[in-house]
Amino acid sequence: MDSKSASGYREIAHTADWELEVWAPNLLNLLAQAALGMYHLTGVQHSSGPRITRQITLHYFEPEILLIDFLSELLYLAEVESLVFDRFDLQVDGDKLHAKLGGVKIVSMDKEIKAATYHKLAIRKTDQGLFANIVFDV
Amino acid sequence: MVDLKVLSRINRYEWEIPRTYRPDMRVPVRIFATKQLLNEIKGDKSLEQAVNAATLPGLVSPVVVMPDVHQGYGFPIGGVAATRLPDGIISPGAIGYDINCGVRLLASQVEYDSVKTYLPDLANSLNRLCPSGVGKKGHLKLSIKELDQVCINGSRWALKHGYASDADVRRTEENGCLDGADPAKISTRAKERGRQQVGTLGAGNHFIEVDVVDQVFNQPAAQAMGLKTGHLVVMIHCGSRGFGHQVCTDYVRDFQAAVKRYRIELPDRELVCAPLDSPEGRNYLAAMRCAANYAFANRQVLAHFARQAFEESLAGKVPNWHLSQVYDIAHNMGKIETHEVDGMLVEVCVHRKGATRAFGPGFQGLPSEYRSIGQPVLVPGSMGTASWVLVGTSDSMQRSFGSSCHGAGRTMSRKKAKKSIRGEDLRKELQAQGIHIRAGSMAGLAEEAPQAYKDVDAVVETVHEAGIADKVARLKPVAVIKG
Repeated sequence: MDSKSASGYREIAHTADWELEVWAPNLLNLLAQAALGMYHLTGVQHSSGPRITRQITLHYFEPEILLIDFLSELLYLAEVESLVFDRFDLQVDGDKLHAKLGGVKIVSMDKEIKAATYHKLAIRKTDQGLFANIVFDV
Repeated sequence: MVDLKVLSRINRYEWEIPRTYRPDMRVPVRIFATKQLLNEIKGDKSLEQAVNAATLPGLVSPVVVMPDVHQGYGFPIGGVAATRLPDGIISPGAIGYDINCGVRLLASQVEYDSVKTYLPDLANSLNRLCPSGVGKKGHLKLSIKELDQVCINGSRWALKHGYASDADVRRTEENGCLDGADPAKISTRAKERGRQQVGTLGAGNHFIEVDVVDQVFNQPAAQAMGLKTGHLVVMIHCGSRGFGHQVCTDYVRDFQAAVKRYRIELPDRELVCAPLDSPEGRNYLAAMRCAANYAFANRQVLAHFARQAFEESLAGKVPNWHLSQVYDIAHNMGKIETHEVDGMLVEVCVHRKGATRAFGPGFQGLPSEYRSIGQPVLVPGSMGTASWVLVGTSDSMQRSFGSSCHGAGRTMSRKKAKKSIRGEDLRKELQAQGIHIRAGSMAGLAEEAPQAYKDVDAVVETVHEAGIADKVARLKPVAVIKG
């Protein structure tokens, strides 16, 4: 989580919920960092079992909606299939995001995220790359 | 941040941010708080969020803020906003992801002093019988068809399947079921999440707590509810689990396009909304009612398991271990209600997020035994501090759309709580005070430490003195089960 690296995330204090600041050189990398940051907040423990792959396709209307859709998808897969991902092969093709996700089963999670929210969400472009703040309902 | 200097003082417990504070506000913001609580409230963005809420179309004045308010993720937690039918809006974010997060209270004839030595066993039984924790599935595995019945029938589904009594259903807000729920408006994804979680507590700030009635302030009301000083009660705090979370996620997503379609401009994307008489608005209302009914059923099944725990631990040790329902309330909800506004009866959609309905005496929707005293209002504190039972008042109908506070309200960020408090130390500290803790996560426990919350006594004193709810009884925790 080195703030000087080209991509990363850090937790921001929030009264009742969790907030992440995420940064990356491009949108697809930002999605991956947001996912890693979200998993970090939950304290997820990865199993050492066999690797699992999932392929998902999401509609791409605008970057912020895509970001929340992506995180929501991961939350769903964590809850229903107990999966956590650490490899993200993401491609945009027209108005679609194609994602090939690599991961493992979850052993445990310390904390539950109810949802990734749109509160304060605006992907900002700077000389250092893209930045976003994401607030999670817990 | 809103500067407190812009607030005008109505009285010692009521303040107002005028509609003129910001040009996009449609109504003022009315805040119930003491000056001291206001000084805590100003420390986060809750007032700014209340001002943002005051920009929603179709609002009936004012947006109301409770003394336990804290910053949320769009709409403040501890806020109430009413929009006029038919063209006012409905906003999923102003109700919350945990639709019908709420509280159920059960009373008993069990005297605390006679069962102190059995409390560790009771805590263990509750922990074992009531599934809790992140991602924990429940004992019940429903088919989609059965889940649809839960959505339509709420507590009545639980009654039909042997998890409830008639009295339980009667002593639940809306008799445990909102009409107009339509499972066809629920995504497959939400149903998949929900079908294995009925009868589960979840994690975070959800809990089952065994309390002892510490003080009674209103004897007739306490008697009607079955509350007696020195006797145990059980409080259950949870909501609609992954089912409700997904419903809100789905509709907040849908409404991102709806606001453009209806040309609604908002200061925060999480406040997205649609007119109540639009297809989007009607669909969300029907879906929200499904999630609300799910939560009523969820708390009902947990109450059933809590009764089993009492029987398992106390049968043969006390003459009567039975738990009787006091009431079950929602504190994240959108309800169509009739309120008097400027001398006229108006149908409105009341959004309560971190706020509890608090209808006064005479309301016909209350069970007959409560009609003369008012609706029970259940206010959980944090671990280690008190919880409260109040009743709604006639004044609340005039001043807060029949609403009151819902809890203590956070003051410390989760990040700071995790950093400064060790969960295991907290558990030992509470144990030394006679409070038996069963927690799935020490990190989660640290985040919910008492020092992270406002003084619940001060919050309750405010609503009591302001006249929007009256004190009935103060409860002290003796066992807490958390995910």
